[in-house]
Amino acid sequence: MKRSMLALALAAAATGFSGTAAAQAKEQFIPAAFYWVGPFAPGGSGIAAGFLDYLTLLNERDGGINGVKLTWEKCETEYITSRGVECYERLKKRGPTGASLFHPLSTGITYALIDRAPIDKVPLITLGYGRTDASDGRVFPYVFPLITNYWSQNTAKIRFIGQREGGMDKLRGKHIVNLYHDSAYGKETLPVLEKQAEMYGFKVTNIAVPSPGNEQSAQWLQIRQLKPDWVILRGWGVMNPTALKAAARAGFPRDRIVGVWWSGSEEDVIPAGDAAKGFIAAGFNAAGDKFPVIQEIRKHVYGKGKGELEDKSRIGTIYYNRGVIFAIVSTEAIRKAQERFGKGQPMTGEQVRWGLENLNIDEATLKRLGASGFMPTFRITCEDHEGGGGVRFQQWDGKQWKIISDWIPTDQKLVRPMIEASAMQYAKEKNITPRDCAKEK
Amino acid sequence: MLYREAGQFRTSYAEDQRIFPIRQDRVAIALLLAFAFFVVPAVASHYWLKALLIPFLILSLAALGLNILTGYAGQLSLGTAGFMAVGAFMAYNFELRLPELPILVSFALAGLCAAALGIVFGLPSLRIKGFYLAVATLACQFFVLWVLQRVGWFTNYSSSGVISAQEIVILGHTFDSAQEKYLLTLAIVALMALAAKNLMRSETGRAFMAVRDMDVAASVIGIPIMRTKLLAFAISSFYCGVAGALYAFCYLGTVEPEAFSLDLSFRVLFMIIIGGVGSILGSFLGAAFITLLPIFLNLVSGFLSHAFGVDVPHAWLSNIELIIFGALIVFFLIVEPHGLARLWQIGKEKLRLWPFPH
Repeated sequence: MKRSMLALALAAAATGFSGTAAAQAKEQFIPAAFYWVGPFAPGGSGIAAGFLDYLTLLNERDGGINGVKLTWEKCETEYITSRGVECYERLKKRGPTGASLFHPLSTGITYALIDRAPIDKVPLITLGYGRTDASDGRVFPYVFPLITNYWSQNTAKIRFIGQREGGMDKLRGKHIVNLYHDSAYGKETLPVLEKQAEMYGFKVTNIAVPSPGNEQSAQWLQIRQLKPDWVILRGWGVMNPTALKAAARAGFPRDRIVGVWWSGSEEDVIPAGDAAKGFIAAGFNAAGDKFPVIQEIRKHVYGKGKGELEDKSRIGTIYYNRGVIFAIVSTEAIRKAQERFGKGQPMTGEQVRWGLENLNIDEATLKRLGASGFMPTFRITCEDHEGGGGVRFQQWDGKQWKIISDWIPTDQKLVRPMIEASAMQYAKEKNITPRDCAKEK
Repeated sequence: MLYREAGQFRTSYAEDQRIFPIRQDRVAIALLLAFAFFVVPAVASHYWLKALLIPFLILSLAALGLNILTGYAGQLSLGTAGFMAVGAFMAYNFELRLPELPILVSFALAGLCAAALGIVFGLPSLRIKGFYLAVATLACQFFVLWVLQRVGWFTNYSSSGVISAQEIVILGHTFDSAQEKYLLTLAIVALMALAAKNLMRSETGRAFMAVRDMDVAASVIGIPIMRTKLLAFAISSFYCGVAGALYAFCYLGTVEPEAFSLDLSFRVLFMIIIGGVGSILGSFLGAAFITLLPIFLNLVSGFLSHAFGVDVPHAWLSNIELIIFGALIVFFLIVEPHGLARLWQIGKEKLRLWPFPH
């Protein structure tokens, strides 16, 4: 027994050492480094399930992408940066062509990988999170904060608050509290909020909540004293239900709290119970399982018992659907790359990077995928790695999320110059010569 | 047979006081160092270097720092990650504001900053002991992170509070590949471990141990308590500070203060408990155990699902890991308070007598 365990251990260590799985052609390897445990597991596990179920759907229904089977390996990061780096290093060389792309699913891990990705030629997709100024593709060729970055989202949020107040000019003299998770993720919007406060004449008070955020009585006491008109909740994981419960205790109206899209899921509001009723959150994907793509997953994946989730009621929740979007974007980029570099061939990370940079998710594509109305349309270019998606706001009515706004466009006139300035400063620090996009093709 | 000492005579005091009095040990350590310096960079994959060996070495250094304070001088500390954070952020700032400064000097200065802070937070140790002191050092942990997150100067006013370590250039040579970073880390860690080993055998180290064993008795025989305790804090924090600088520059590259959370302090503490309190070797054994076990479990589960189609749920693995750590810590605290290092020592004593024990 002991000896066989040892042999097993050695074999496992050896596979890790050489870093190569059985090399077979016609396979596209996608790392699945998410988190299923820890304080952020409700988000991580939902996204992981949606992501992997969609990949299974493509394998089961279409036989992969143009005949190239998708393979993956899970790796638990626990939302800890060093674990995430270990996962990335372990998985980047797997499969016949190496990792085609990497979803860090944590702003901290994204930061740690930004310098490594261009060397290893593995594109990082940070969909709706990550380093904001990486939207400038000239300085960050391998980072893709797709659809909408935090700054853009924040401008949409202020526009939404403006709408609610009855016009942007009504924001003058208003008081907004920004309650943020004390981490790189939480702090990301501080500069843009400051700028907007100047622009529209409202007052911002920033209040930090130490990670993970399960203790907020001091913060809400302060909010009760300040009596702000709105609270922006920039939370993540366990911080969100805690905030809503504390708000209820402090008597702050929940329909005056606007959450970031990492605080607007079922997992964030159900634990808060009645305290969550009326809470508003941003979102870039719809909830529900009425969409054809989710129905297909039910039929082809769960019908055959190959689904990731044991609790099937989570299918169609916000995070699950977001995971499906992660997968749609990833596989469409691979498909796009195949169009140029050879249909039915596994793509390298470098080729997938080209695919991402030329990705155009329009209405027709969404229709083909069965995802109309499921996610915003966007288009990536060499300069713009964000794509210009809109933001929608939804309100929790105690049972489900109700969409209460149209796609609100972001304020690129404000955000883009800030992004470019910040990216150029990074380029200077790191001695990067920005690419000339006119010469790319 | 391995450890047969027949024919090895020590004919001078210098020979008697060597770090490794037995020839076999000297040969083994020389071989190990040669292996680590010459063979490993040539054969180890990127993954091994960047994801396993570099963090292992850096955490060994941090554990060594804590071991000097807790293991040798007997002062319990929970501020390890805080001192590491000081090292990381100060090294970044020295490089940023004085770019002409050689990087190794920046590391040393960053270590000195951590040492200065260590002295400040070591002051309560003059009055309080044990758990109460642990709480005082806990304050350091939170205070440092709080300052780094609140005072923009430390992060060069980066909006997200993240710093991006500069390139490592020594004598015109840029250390950017995994091999070079590994070698640099290894060299620093090896030198500092040697220094620590010698320090602990010197008068200072003996004073530390005297204070640890009974500070009243130590003061009676003429050991200045204040100086000794504060010196222990300073040296320990210096080691942690350099470890933190390496963590930022050689390992992660880009760090947020959150990376140096209380969790890391506890992990380093577990390292010395499992590895061996009051032992240089123990710091390395403990660091190896704590950094490699989770990865090893992960690989085994990957292998299981690959070979037998048995899918081990991920939540299990993380929980198994916690169970193993918890069980081992309880086990070592009760059965072998001196950890893995003591087990090795017992094994070695047996080997020296084998096959004819008296």
